[in-house]
Amino acid sequence: MKRRNFLIAIGAGFVAGCQKIGDTAPGKTLLEAAPNWHKAVHDALGGRTALAPEFGPEDVSPYFRGNGSTNPTNGDYQAQAEAEFANWEIAVGGMVDNPMRLTMANLRALPQRTQITRHDCVEGWSAIGEWTGPQLSTILDEAKVQDGARFIVFRCADNLNGDDYYESVDMLDAYHPQTIVAHKLNGEDLPIKNGAPARMRIERQLGYKHAKYVTGIEAVASLDGIGEGKGGYWEDRAGYQWYAGV
Amino acid sequence: MTKPAKKHALATRLWHWTNLICIVVLFMSGLNISNGHRRLYWGDWGFAPEHAWLEVPRFPGWMTIPDYYSLSQARDWHILTAWPFALALLLMWIAMLVNRHFQRDITTTRREWKPAAVWADIKAHLRFDFEHAGGKYNFLQKVAYGLVFGVFLPMMVFTGMAISPGVEPWLGWLTEVLGGRQSARSLHFIFAWAVFGFFVIHVALVIVHKPLHHLRGMITGGRLEESDKPAADIKGETT
Repeated sequence: MKRRNFLIAIGAGFVAGCQKIGDTAPGKTLLEAAPNWHKAVHDALGGRTALAPEFGPEDVSPYFRGNGSTNPTNGDYQAQAEAEFANWEIAVGGMVDNPMRLTMANLRALPQRTQITRHDCVEGWSAIGEWTGPQLSTILDEAKVQDGARFIVFRCADNLNGDDYYESVDMLDAYHPQTIVAHKLNGEDLPIKNGAPARMRIERQLGYKHAKYVTGIEAVASLDGIGEGKGGYWEDRAGYQWYAGV
Repeated sequence: MTKPAKKHALATRLWHWTNLICIVVLFMSGLNISNGHRRLYWGDWGFAPEHAWLEVPRFPGWMTIPDYYSLSQARDWHILTAWPFALALLLMWIAMLVNRHFQRDITTTRREWKPAAVWADIKAHLRFDFEHAGGKYNFLQKVAYGLVFGVFLPMMVFTGMAISPGVEPWLGWLTEVLGGRQSARSLHFIFAWAVFGFFVIHVALVIVHKPLHHLRGMITGGRLEESDKPAADIKGETT
């Protein structure tokens, strides 16, 4: 029993020390900088074109787990769902020369990409599904993104625990060939629990980057002033890493 | 005047203590991350209880960094510490190949693998008899260090990389070789406990056999004894 108490004391002391270091300015800086070191390596070796693995139809998991918001009740979402999203619009704006409002019909009329990919949640689980939708790059080209834009922000219809969900990616991921605005999962219209009527697929990052219930696509020069400025709902709310490729 | 030879090279000592801090932080933050989803799967995917091969217990706060459940903060520590851990391991491998520590002290000979020799070494360990001539380490020590350097620690790095979605696009074969992302995640967990197992045995053996001597040796370098030299070297000197 004594030895166990001793071990607990050492453990607790070590953890307390770590937490102290984490609270100092240099400690915080290091902890915040580390994901960027990974990103620099990933970008250098993977670049703009390296694709996340794509699977065969036989690899698709029997169903696709829904996480986070699985049935938004805020705003007019339920009425929109009732109308089968006939009135749904995605506003494309911010630093673009040609702002647009896309209906679901507009979205389906664009050239489509279908990909069977694995979805990795930050918690640790994975599911495989077949996603269909236009590439984000097609939409951004049509909207004519201005030179100074560095990030694409995704606005979402769901309000989770009092805050509107949103996410953001840099231009590398925004123009990546597998970054699509998916409106189909496994050949069917996207289910509500998975983000109906349209969600992002950011295949080289963890699940919380894949914004669901998308209502807006916005080109911005900086993430300051959007939400709490950290680039996403979970980033603002709980300190999750903006770069979720690790 | 030549300085007396040290038992442990500076590279070994620097790596040893850097690595200790890294694996403690990685292990304890890893247990916090494990609490985020307490099931393990084989293959590419898995998310529900019916897919799992193991339900992992919830690790209490005193075992985790931070000492309460925070997936984001645990990931911060894990993502940062992965760097010094992996780079130090790489540098240690280069150092011990260059200074021949690996070839001289850790590689085993065919003779040592003979069942009778292995059995004799096991019996000596059971008697707590750790005196041995003809090398720094006895057979079981060499195998343990060889496993840790050659398998356990590199596998922590490789399985960690294989479960990162930002790595897979340019290193996809690694995830495939490991049997898919969820298999790699399971292996990450298994090897983490293998490292922990080594840690417990390693510390226990130091405690039962001249703890201060070993501790001092790993800090100051200690002194190279005649019995630390490989058998071949001794022969070379006497003939």
